Amino acid sequence: MNSRIIPIMRKEFIHIRRDPRTLTFMFLIPVIQLVLLGYAATTDIEHLSTAVLDYDRTPASRELIDAYRVSNYFDINYYIDDEEELTRLVDGGRVRAGMIIPAGYSRSLDRTHKAEVAFIIDGSDPNVARTAFSAAQGVGQAQSVELIQEILGIDPEEQPGIEVRPRVWYNPEMRSANFMIPGVIAMILQLLTTFITGAAIVREREQGTIEQLIVTPIRSFELVLGKVIPYVGIAFFDLSAVLIVGVFWFGMPIHGSVPLLLALALLSLLTSLGLGLLISTVAHSQMEAMLLTFLTLMPSIFLSGFLFPIEAMPLALQAISYIIPLRYLLIIVRGIILKGVGLRLLTEQVIAMAIFGAAILTLASLRFKKSLE
Amino acid sequence: MTGEKPRLNDYAVQAVELTKKFDNFTAVDHIHFTIERGEIFGFLGPNGAGKTTTIRMLLGLLRPTEGEATVLGYDIVTQSEEIKKRIGYMSQRFTLYQDLTVSENLDFYGRTYGVRGKELAQRKEFMIDMAGLKGHEKELTKNLAGGWKQRLALGTAILHEPEMLFLDEPTAGVDPISRQAFWNFLYRLAEEGTTIFVTTHYMDEAEHCHNLAFIHNGRIIAQGTPQSIKEKHMKGEVLEIDCQRADVALAALRELSHFEEVALYGSLIHLVAQGVEGYEPLIEETLRQKGAGLRSMDLIAPSLEDVFISSIKEQSNLRGDLP
Repeated sequence: MNSRIIPIMRKEFIHIRRDPRTLTFMFLIPVIQLVLLGYAATTDIEHLSTAVLDYDRTPASRELIDAYRVSNYFDINYYIDDEEELTRLVDGGRVRAGMIIPAGYSRSLDRTHKAEVAFIIDGSDPNVARTAFSAAQGVGQAQSVELIQEILGIDPEEQPGIEVRPRVWYNPEMRSANFMIPGVIAMILQLLTTFITGAAIVREREQGTIEQLIVTPIRSFELVLGKVIPYVGIAFFDLSAVLIVGVFWFGMPIHGSVPLLLALALLSLLTSLGLGLLISTVAHSQMEAMLLTFLTLMPSIFLSGFLFPIEAMPLALQAISYIIPLRYLLIIVRGIILKGVGLRLLTEQVIAMAIFGAAILTLASLRFKKSLE
Repeated sequence: MTGEKPRLNDYAVQAVELTKKFDNFTAVDHIHFTIERGEIFGFLGPNGAGKTTTIRMLLGLLRPTEGEATVLGYDIVTQSEEIKKRIGYMSQRFTLYQDLTVSENLDFYGRTYGVRGKELAQRKEFMIDMAGLKGHEKELTKNLAGGWKQRLALGTAILHEPEMLFLDEPTAGVDPISRQAFWNFLYRLAEEGTTIFVTTHYMDEAEHCHNLAFIHNGRIIAQGTPQSIKEKHMKGEVLEIDCQRADVALAALRELSHFEEVALYGSLIHLVAQGVEGYEPLIEETLRQKGAGLRSMDLIAPSLEDVFISSIKEQSNLRGDLP
C-alpha cells in the first residue's frame, strides 16, 4: 500500500483511541439502536392487557373468556364488577381492551343460539386497535363456527366451505426483530459512516491541523483514504457485532450468503463515505457536520422503507424514495438475510448503489480538492 | 529523490509580478523578489499586508492571479508536488495534533515525508534535544507550554531536513528569551545551508535577517539588506524624546509640521527630520510651553521600524494620497 496512507491511518487510530466521544458514538450507538429497534420498536401486538366484566358468570361465559385468553392476543388481567371501573382502567391506560358479557348470555345461547357481547377497544394507537379489533372478531367467529358445528351436528372435518390457509414466507412468525435488525445494519452502514467520515475530516479543518497536512507531500486521495479506512474497519466491526447479536440473541436467521452481504456492504460504503466527504466540504465544525448528517438522516428513515412500507406512501413520496440510497441498501440487506436471495435478484439495487457511490464520491472528491485551497 | 523534474533556475525563490486578487481586493500586488540559497529572508509588514497570502502562493496552496514564481527552481503552479517534498512549513497557528504525544507527532510527520526506521529515530532524538523536550516525549502535545509547542512545531517542520523553511510569524506570542534561542537556531540552520523565509511584524527580529522585503497593502515598498534599507529609505535622522506626558507632547509636535514623522514607540516619541538636531531648541521650547515635562532628548540610530514607517510615508507621497 502507498507509504503515506499508513501513517495517516495510524494517526487516525490514535485519535479514535484518545477520544471518548468518537468511541462512544461508534460502539454505543449501534448497540442502543439494536436494543431500541429490536425490542421497543416492535410492532408485534400480543398480550394486550384486557379487563372482563362478566355479568353472566356461567360455564358458557367462562368458556368464551378462555377462548380469548388462549388466543395469546389478550391477557385477562382484570375481572371487574361494573362499567365505571372499565372506563377507569381504559382511561388510565391499564387495559387496551375490555369485554362485557351481559347477564343472560348463557340462557340466550341455549334458547336462540344467539348472544351478544360487547368489546371495547382503546383506539388511541391505531396499530394496536386494528390488531385488537381483528383478533376480537376472529376469536368470536371461531366460537360461532364451533357453535354451528355443534347445533348441526357436523363433523368439523366435513364442514362445507372454503378454508383460506395463509402461509407466511421468510419470517413465518412475523417477528419484528427479524425485520428491524437488517434495517439497523443498513442504518449503521449509511448514517454512522457518513457522520464519522464528515466529522473526522472537519476536525482537521476546525483545529487548523489541515494547514500542516496540505503542505506535506500527502495527496488529497491519500488523505481521504488514510482517514477513512479506519472508520470502514469500525463500520465492519459494528456490522459483525449487530449480525452476531441478531443471530444469537434475537434468533434472527441468516438465509443468504454472508460474504455477499459483506461485499455489498462495502459497495454501499462508497455512497456514505462520499456523502461524509461532501458534508466535510460544507461544514465548518463537527457540530455542523452532525446537523447536516441529521438532515440527510430524516428523509432516509422515513422514505427508505426502514420503518414504513414504501408501497403505502403517496405517489409523490414514493417517487422521492428512488433517490434515497438507503432504499436500495435495505432491499439488499433484507433480501440477503431474510430471503436468502443472491446477486441475480439484486442486480437492480446493486447497479443503483454503484451509480450513487460513483456519483457522490466523484462530486465529493472534486469539491474536497477545491476546499483545500 | 525519485521523479526529479528539471529545475528552472538556481534561486531559492524567484517571484515575478506575483499577484493575488480576491474578488475586488488585491491582496498581493505585482511583487518582485529573489531569495538566494542559504539566506534568511525576512518578509515584514503589518497584519493584512499580504505576507500570509504570499507564503500560501509560494507553497502552492493558492493560485496566483497573475505573475509567476519558482521555489527551489520549481514552478509554484505546475510543480508544487516537487516543492512540497523539499520544504518545511510552520504556520502562524499551532497546527500539530494536540491529542498526539510529542513523539507521535514527530513520527507522523517524519513518515509522511518518507523518513523511517533508524533514520527517523535518530532525527527525532535530535529534534527532541534541540527543543529541550527530553523526558516529555510521551506527553500529550496539548499539555506543553507555549514556548515548547513552538519549538516542537519547528522541530516537526525540519525533521525531514528540508532545503527551505517557511516560517509564518514563528515567534508571535513567545517570550523574548525563547525568541533569542529560536533565532540562534535559525542561524545554525542557515549556516548548514537551509534557506529560510520568515515573516514577522517584530521589527527588531528583522535585524537578524540577511535580506528583507517590506510589504504594505500588497506591495513591496523596500527591499535589501537591513543596512542598505536604512540608508536608502531613511529621510533624516531620528530623535528619541522622553516626556512625562507623551500624549501632550505628541499632539504638540505634530502641530509643528516641521518633521517627516512623529510617532509613539511605547512611552517614547520618535521624531524624524533632516538635520533634526537643528530643531532641538524649538522642540524644547514647545514642550515646555505645553507642560509635557521633557526628560531627555537623544539622537539615535534609526530602527527598522522607523525606516518602515518612513517608507510607507514615502510610498503614499509618491501615490499622492495621505498616510
